[in-house]
Amino acid sequence: MTLRAPARLLGGLLLAAPAALPAQALVVVDPAGPVRTVTEALARVAPGGRINVRAGNYSEPVIRVAVPVTIVGDSGAVFVGGDHEIFVVTADDVTFRGLTLRHVEPSYVEDRAAILFDSVANCVVEDSRLEGTFFGIYLSRSRGCRISRNVVQGTSTAEMSAGNAIHLFHSRDVTVDGNRVTGHRDGIYLEFAEDARVIGNLSTGNLRYGLHFMFSHRCEYRDNRFVNNGAGVAVMYTRSMLMQGNTFADNWGAASYGLLLKEIRDSRILGNSFRENTVGMYLEGSARNEVTGNTFEANGWAVRVLADAEGNRFARNVFLRNSFDVSTNSRSNVSTFRGNYWDHYEGYDLDHDGFGDVPFHPVRLFSLLVAQHEPSLILLRSFFVDLLDAAERVMPVLTPETLRDDRPLMRVPA
Amino acid sequence: MTTTVRVLKYELHNVVRSRAVLVYTLFLFLLTDVLFRFGGEGARVVLSLLNVVLLFVPLVSVVFGTMYVYSAREFTELLLAQPVGRRSLFAGLYLGLALPLAGAFLLGVGLPFAIHAKAEAALWGPLSMLFAGGLLLTFVFTAVAMLLAILFDDRAKGLGGAILIWLGCAVLYDGVILLLITMFREYPLERPVLALTLLNPIDLGRVLLLLQFDTAALMGYTGAVFEKFFGTSLGRVTVLLALAVQATVPLLLASRVFRRKDF
Repeated sequence: MTLRAPARLLGGLLLAAPAALPAQALVVVDPAGPVRTVTEALARVAPGGRINVRAGNYSEPVIRVAVPVTIVGDSGAVFVGGDHEIFVVTADDVTFRGLTLRHVEPSYVEDRAAILFDSVANCVVEDSRLEGTFFGIYLSRSRGCRISRNVVQGTSTAEMSAGNAIHLFHSRDVTVDGNRVTGHRDGIYLEFAEDARVIGNLSTGNLRYGLHFMFSHRCEYRDNRFVNNGAGVAVMYTRSMLMQGNTFADNWGAASYGLLLKEIRDSRILGNSFRENTVGMYLEGSARNEVTGNTFEANGWAVRVLADAEGNRFARNVFLRNSFDVSTNSRSNVSTFRGNYWDHYEGYDLDHDGFGDVPFHPVRLFSLLVAQHEPSLILLRSFFVDLLDAAERVMPVLTPETLRDDRPLMRVPA
Repeated sequence: MTTTVRVLKYELHNVVRSRAVLVYTLFLFLLTDVLFRFGGEGARVVLSLLNVVLLFVPLVSVVFGTMYVYSAREFTELLLAQPVGRRSLFAGLYLGLALPLAGAFLLGVGLPFAIHAKAEAALWGPLSMLFAGGLLLTFVFTAVAMLLAILFDDRAKGLGGAILIWLGCAVLYDGVILLLITMFREYPLERPVLALTLLNPIDLGRVLLLLQFDTAALMGYTGAVFEKFFGTSLGRVTVLLALAVQATVPLLLASRVFRRKDF
């Protein structure tokens, strides 16, 4: 890469210098100017040059970008697709800025995207708007790219005919930050995308997952908001990731989770906020994860840990106003809860060390009942059920004895 | 009508002056106030008040109501000796009992909210349902109290019946539902369970507040019947209507018995 850059620069200068060759450092595309299409501009621009797109509607066949170039749109520069991609990029160092891309028809055969990057490095898409595109920004086998501050707005209503807003496939070292994605199948989808950073995005109103990633190791997700997506956020078959400071909210439905973890290992989930989800966090087959300092508020089930989730550590989390704090599917349990704040805790702290003197059992008998006989959910908050729970708490017979917090916090940690 | 108003006026005087209603108001006021001082924020206080509304309000309504109607027996007989229509006398008696209790609830719970709670839009839903539930339960259980006190001449019987009915509605009924659910687990139970819930006023009050606080959990249920019921405002309207019906039925029965009773 570093070796090639000067060579390319030199090449660019050489190409730009002779007047006979049309290669220019700056080409302006204008509906009324000498250059009226980006395809034409791409034929004229020097590698590493810049194309300015003036306001107007552009409807071209697939625009293939095969030279390093920066394409900048004035406000009002709109590209309209059709039954094909709008941009297909096969060169490194291509930047898109301030473009508006509209209407790419859904396809049941190919993953059509507004912008497709295929096997490139250092690509950038920023400050652009994508409206009604099937797939929005699609990175395939690419690395070192950045997708920043875009608005990707879909109009999909059915999962089968919907694409993903931002789709990373087999890519490395990609940053996705400050985007707003909505109305797609998955807001942000990563598959075999390693070392990615997903920061400060808002993903809302997507049909399936706000964020979905598979086999994407060592990724980092910080300060994103995932609100009101069909099934929340799903992360699967991944290890060594960091999820910090995200908000998972308003994911309602029988198969809806704030955060679904399946086969996640050695990861850290720190300081996130889970609000009003049917299930806040769901752990299945996940091991050795550190879940610290998160807030679970007003969820149906705050945490659901299946028995095959091993050695997960829950500490300094805050549980407030959840219908059920923790539920599980077995009497055996191999995760630890220690030093969390539970608003259902009724113990005392005689030695004033800030920790309750009697352990807290967060799994209620009633949550087992509901798991076995779903219609009994209607007895939630019934006095009779409270009596049963109290009896079980004194003498755990059916609920997992080991799933308990020996040092429940007396106050919400600062 | 004027007779009703006159009886009502006297009754109101009498009930409001009675220490029990004052104590009831004060208790509710102190409890809510303390919850605010310790718990802080409005929605959580409503949640803590849930069991008070579901257990305490019906208990007080039915026990105090029964006792009151018994103690007003002589007064009632005296009035019956006058040219007074039984219908209007009954209406006066019932309203004279239910209104002060309802007022006590409104005042006792409402005042602390007026003092402490911040006016947030999110609080209106739960709060209005809390008041709707509490008031309707007061009307239901005072109606039941009237029926019991008029039906049985023996005080012990009436009072025993009142406590039994309260215990049945508040505790045993849910146990029976749970038993049925576990016994008939192979069957689709959503409809029967929903119907059973609609028959018990305390369960109705509970569902009314569930719809405010636990929608997230309720939406986790896979059955379509529940989701339709809980997911739309249809559920809330149905519950409120059912509660109104449950107040009316014992009242009509009591009125019928009252009109035909040979005092």
